[in-house]
Amino acid sequence: MRRLRGALAPYLLVLPGGLWLAVFFVVPMVYMASVSLMTGNIIDGFTMTWHWRNYTDGLDVYGDKLVRSLWYGGLATLACIALAYPAAYWIAFKGGRHKSTWLFLLLLPFFVSFVLRTVAWKLVLTDEGPVLGPLKGWGLLPDGFHVLDSGFAVVSGLTYNFLPFMILPIYVALERIDYRVIEAAYDLYAGRLAVFRRVVLPLSLPGVFAGVIMTFVPVSSDYVNAEVLGGPGNTMIGNVVQTEYFDNSSYALASALSFTLMAILLVGIFAYARALGTKDVLEAAGR
Amino acid sequence: MTDTTPVPVRDDPGRADPAAPAIELDGVRKTYHSHGDTVAAVRGVDLSIAPGEFFSLLGPSGCGKTTTMRMIAGFEEPTAGRVRLDGRDVTGVPANKRDVNMVFQSYALFPHMSVFDNVAFGLRRKGVAKGEIKARVGDILGIVDLAGREKRRPGELSGGQQQRVALARALVNRPRALLLDEPLGALDLKLRQAMQVELKRIQREVGITFVYVTHDQGEALTMSDRIAVMNDGGVEQLGTPREIYERPATKFVAGFIGTSNLLSGEVGGVDGAQAVISYGDDGRIVVPLREDRPAAAGDRLEVTVRPEKIELLTERPDRPGSLVRATVAEVVYLGTSTSYLVTTPGGAEVTVFQQNATNADDLAARGDQVWLAWEARHSYAIGTA
Repeated sequence: MRRLRGALAPYLLVLPGGLWLAVFFVVPMVYMASVSLMTGNIIDGFTMTWHWRNYTDGLDVYGDKLVRSLWYGGLATLACIALAYPAAYWIAFKGGRHKSTWLFLLLLPFFVSFVLRTVAWKLVLTDEGPVLGPLKGWGLLPDGFHVLDSGFAVVSGLTYNFLPFMILPIYVALERIDYRVIEAAYDLYAGRLAVFRRVVLPLSLPGVFAGVIMTFVPVSSDYVNAEVLGGPGNTMIGNVVQTEYFDNSSYALASALSFTLMAILLVGIFAYARALGTKDVLEAAGR
Repeated sequence: MTDTTPVPVRDDPGRADPAAPAIELDGVRKTYHSHGDTVAAVRGVDLSIAPGEFFSLLGPSGCGKTTTMRMIAGFEEPTAGRVRLDGRDVTGVPANKRDVNMVFQSYALFPHMSVFDNVAFGLRRKGVAKGEIKARVGDILGIVDLAGREKRRPGELSGGQQQRVALARALVNRPRALLLDEPLGALDLKLRQAMQVELKRIQREVGITFVYVTHDQGEALTMSDRIAVMNDGGVEQLGTPREIYERPATKFVAGFIGTSNLLSGEVGGVDGAQAVISYGDDGRIVVPLREDRPAAAGDRLEVTVRPEKIELLTERPDRPGSLVRATVAEVVYLGTSTSYLVTTPGGAEVTVFQQNATNADDLAARGDQVWLAWEARHSYAIGTA
């Protein structure tokens, strides 16, 4: 009896989480996948017709938005690395006794709603707002100058909103480096630059890999930043899905677009993992 | 071991001053400030380590031995005093510009690099030509018996192998001195003992000065040419393993190195170079006087004697030297020897080791009255208490 219970224990432990995933992850995924192959409309209902055209139609009509999403996603991810690495480095190596305070300060904005933070950006950066208003008043900027309604604004907003997802994994990777390994490099005649290039950077790359996955995927499918900061000319695929689903009730097309994005991201991540060494990415993901 | 080409000793013409010691510490102090207090980790250490010497810094944790080594390596700067390598003052010179290399306690290998890249790291930083790097790394891996493992990552090696990679990574640079910080601490007993022999062999083969930090007195005694016993930030005694073991300068050294017996008493008389302490009824301790610590009749002296120098007898012998009556409190059979714990009339506890070579049976049992006898030269006065 006891042996039986011992053998079952792992399965029993997995059961709650497994059920949760089955009901709220697998079932909706299968449902959405089937919807993406249906035809119909909100009035007559949708029927399964294995309509693969939903996918090609989506690409024909919204291919440019998809490319823009990946482009913005890539730019924001690169900007995140550029901003996050020095910050994480500073906290990990120079943060001293106050490391947790610095990390807490970084996470503080996250206690405010994502949408509100983005709207606050809009208020700050609006054409006659607290930043641009005085600059234009002093004649430092031309009257027609604007920041909002541009790709730059969207990428900046995305960078800001997802920065902590890049900082935290890089910080963890840097924090884990045994300081004696760094001392060993100094002992073996390396200068500061060589220590960084040959030891610190390679050992922190798994953190960067993890950060890229954690930012690029959600950033590429984000729609709030494009909606609030981007204006009509800079919509991303997330906005399209939202419009098609909620405004046009084109459930099949919206589902097909979502799966297209998912497929592209999955293929991208796996290619990225292969290119940089599967082991490192798995290690990074396992952290 | 396999046939290996010995790595040539660093060319002597390169030495700044051929007569100078390899490493010289001159009044080196190191103080830290913590919570408003000034804590002295090292309080005035003077050392002179000869080229090619196997030198150990021995002491308990917190005695300042690691800080002393880190000041030689250049990871810490002394608060006061000078550090000289081959006669050249290197105080203030950073670690990456000092021609000494370190073997870290936890090895500190680069986990993302192969064994080859780990070992080649220092040579590449110094801009040594590719072909020479290949040859030198190959040579040194042969010496540490790791040929053929060039492509492995440190994580794929055993503790003993990682240890040897760490050694090779430092030695391949042919440093003026190799600093080893408790390098065998993480290994199990068997491997430790094997590595002690290995380290000695490697040191002979490469002829580089070794400075070895350890808290393990057995390790220090086995391998060192000379030992500095450190305590509380200072050097308690400096000498060869035999000097330190047989003539400990202070109570601390006597207690820290091996098992030692402490007996004290009043000097009854001085006979030439020897003091005689009468001890209990009919007993005496004869101890050679030290020039640096003169004693006269009436002074109290503390005397140490090692357990294996004492002979245990059932009757009072008629011979010169120390004779002390005692009662056996404990008998412990140790295989090659038997350890007797005895108490003297003065209340001191004395440990005596007797070889089991000839005596098949135990000499005495618990509660027996015995006599302890040892030659005058095996008594050592450690201070006028």
